[in-house]
Order: sequence, then structure tokens, then C-alpha cells
Amino acid sequence: MSTELIAHPLLGVALDLHPQVALRPEPFGALAYHYGNRRLVFLKHPDMVTVARALGQHPTFAGALRASHIDEARWPSFAIAFASLQASDVVVVRVSPEAGDA
Amino acid sequence: MSAESLVAQLKTGLDAPICLTWELTYACNLQCVHCLSSSGQRDERELSTDEAKRVLDQLRDLQVFYINIGGGEPMVRRDFFELVEYSVASGIGVKFSTNGAFIDAEKARRLAAMDYLDIQISLDGVDAATNDAVRGAGSYDMAIRAMDNLAAANFGPFKISVVVTRHNVGQLDGFKALADRYGAQLRITRLRPSGRGVDSWDDLHPTNAQQREIYDWLMAHGEHVLTGDSFFHLNALGPSLPGLNMCGAGRVVCLIDPIGDVYACPFVIHDEFRAGNVRDPGGFAKVWKQSDLFASLREPQSAGACASCGAFDACQGGCMAAKFFTGLPLDGPDPECVTGHGETQLATLAATPVAVSLKPRPAMDHTKPPRTPALA
Repeated sequence: MSTELIAHPLLGVALDLHPQVALRPEPFGALAYHYGNRRLVFLKHPDMVTVARALGQHPTFAGALRASHIDEARWPSFAIAFASLQASDVVVVRVSPEAGDA
Repeated sequence: MSAESLVAQLKTGLDAPICLTWELTYACNLQCVHCLSSSGQRDERELSTDEAKRVLDQLRDLQVFYINIGGGEPMVRRDFFELVEYSVASGIGVKFSTNGAFIDAEKARRLAAMDYLDIQISLDGVDAATNDAVRGAGSYDMAIRAMDNLAAANFGPFKISVVVTRHNVGQLDGFKALADRYGAQLRITRLRPSGRGVDSWDDLHPTNAQQREIYDWLMAHGEHVLTGDSFFHLNALGPSLPGLNMCGAGRVVCLIDPIGDVYACPFVIHDEFRAGNVRDPGGFAKVWKQSDLFASLREPQSAGACASCGAFDACQGGCMAAKFFTGLPLDGPDPECVTGHGETQLATLAATPVAVSLKPRPAMDHTKPPRTPALA
């Protein structure tokens, strides 16, 4: 991956879906509900759902994007979208990074 | 996807409701003059414990994340805790609305020990005089005692739920201060002319000038106050309030009433908005997915008389229930339309004698019969 893209701070970070978050598929993407803070968040594209579900199996957010076949040109917009998911605690930075695939 | 296109998607309906209200019983120890379900007496057709659990099984399968339990007073039901525990164990969080009468110290501790449980204490005045005029004698003290018990049991941030009326608009800061004092969250919602509200709405609903006050107050405090997105008709006054600017009835919202009837929203308990019953073959899931009524509510709605108004995009024509129970056409202005179009229409209706009898009445009335005055 290019150094330019890794420059977005989130791309090199290991992320997980918060353990108290449930995803419910919907035609537009999915609803994410956080049982802890009771917030309901919309994942507004099916690709976001694929990536969100893949997070836990990869050592970095970028790894999850690549494994989900997201075109690199779209990574910056995914980084912004997932930063907002992080702000509402739907995704969290993995505490002890586990080895996944590259 | 932009916010508008998300709303466009939501208007065509979801695979399961986001916000499902379930009134567990029509029985209530109070008899509030604006009760949206005209509650008071239990209905003998109410769902049994087993039937209620089968509904919860379906909601679990539909991945309904949480339900809003109300009534009547839900804690009147003897299986209240059994159903709440069953729901939470099924992964369905519970928010329940209560007048607090049954939250003594012991119940408060039991509630505090449960996960995924939120409580809304109903309160319609920051003082007993304002509150009790609407909710009945002693109801203010009842609510305060429940809040004290919850605080003593370290329940955490419960909610104080206020229906905004002509008589408490001026107390919004007071409600916020009260909530802050308890570490609670304030929730304010719009008064609808539903249930017994059909008869009290004229006296209770905020004036047009007060609607501006509510809007300004929400613009200043909306980030920290819950509204159930119920004030979207005020968006015609300026920039949109936080939340989804749309009517969710039958699209993302619905009501299951105590006898299992499914309505498009909690404020339209009337045959015209009944989609089916959870006892029908296929249960709730089939009603949600296949009822003709819900299918029609998920179609694009006509702006009707509002089509030529520049504010329509902002206010969406307002609330279906408010129009219906004041006798206004559903494709016209809300009775509390901030530009005054609704008031004009209501005045025309009032001047037409025959229209009075055409005003719809709620489907059922569970109001308790008046007591014979005790002899001195």
C-alpha cells in the first residue's frame, strides 16, 4: 500500500467492532446498535458492513479494507466514515493487537 | 450516502422496526387527561405471559434491538419483571415508561441490578400544581419518590419524560435543572390529540408563540435532550432540529397494544391505522412485513395542500396522528403548523357544524367509570 494512504492515521490502526455492538442488515447497509451507550448508528453502504464485519480478522484497518476488496481510491472516504464510527464507540482500537493476516 | 437519501430509504420501510412501542396493559393507577391510549382499566383480551414471550421471540429473530414498554402503567402487570427479564435475556433491551408508583426502595434495587434497562419517569410539571393538573392528585410526589428511590439504588442515568403543554413550556429550564440534579436525562415530547388527548388537546397544546419558544429552546439544548424526533413540524421555523426529519409511522416505528393489535404508531389507536394483530397467523413479523396498511405508508406520500408551501421540505407536513384526530386531512397542514395554515383549517372545521361529528374518536376507551362520591 502507498505511504500516502497509510498517512491517514486510522488506516494503520487495528480496529474492532465494539463487543456490545450488534449489526442488523438493511437494504441501505446496516443498523448498528450499541447496547452500552444505547446509540443507534446507520452504516450507509453495504460495503461499510462488509468492512465492519472484517475488522476483527485483520491487524490493521487497511488490511480489512483490502480483504473486503475496497478500491484504494475509496479508502480515504472509508477512513472518514470509520473515524465517525469510532467517535460513537461503534468501533474501537484493539487493545492487545492479535496477529491476523497481512 | 447523504442524509437525505438515508431518509428516503427509511421512508420505504425497514426490515424490522427501529422504535417499537409495546403497551403491556390498559390498566393504570392514574388517569392522565392526555393519555394517548385512554388507559385506566385492564382489558380482558390482553396478551398472556406466554403470548407475550412468543412476541419477544419474534422480535429477537427480527433483531429488534430494544423495545419501549408502556401502558397503562406497565408495572401493574404481575409478570412485568418476568417479561422484562425474558426480553433482556433475548438480547432485546428495554426502555419502559412509568409513573413511578410501584418503584419502592426494593423494586429500585431490583431494577438497578438489571442490564440493558432504561426507565422513563413521566412528569409534566416541575411542581405538583402544574403536574397534578394533568396527571392527577399525588402523581408529582409519586414520581419524585420513584426518582429518589432510583437515585438511592444507584440506578444510574434514568430519564425524565415530559409531554410539553401550554402550562409547562415555561418550565423547560426547570425540567433540565431537575434532571441534572438527579444525573438524569431529560426527554421532552410533543402532545398529540390522541386517546383522552382528543378531548384535552384544545386546552393543553402549546400556542403558536410557545412553539417558537420550544424550537429556540431545543436549538440551544437539543444535543443533550431526547425528543423521539417528535418536534420535526417545528423545522419550518429555521434550521432543522437534531434527528430524523420524517414521520416514522409504519416505516421505522409501530405500536403493539395490550391486546396484540399492531398500529402504525403509538398515537393512532384507531381502526384506520390498525395493521393486524400479533395473534394472527405469522404473528408480528408478518404484520410488519406484509400488511397492506404499512405497505401504503411506505409509498411516497402526497404533500396535498402543502405542496405549494415553501416550508414543506422542512416540516414534511407534520404529524399524521395530530391531523387525523383533529379532523384535518392527512395530506394537508398539521394542526400546529407554525405558519398558521393548520389553525385556519381548524377554524373552518369548527365553523362547519357537521364536521364536529366527523372528527374521529379513538378505537377504544379504557377510562375507569366515575366513582360514586363517598357519603360524608
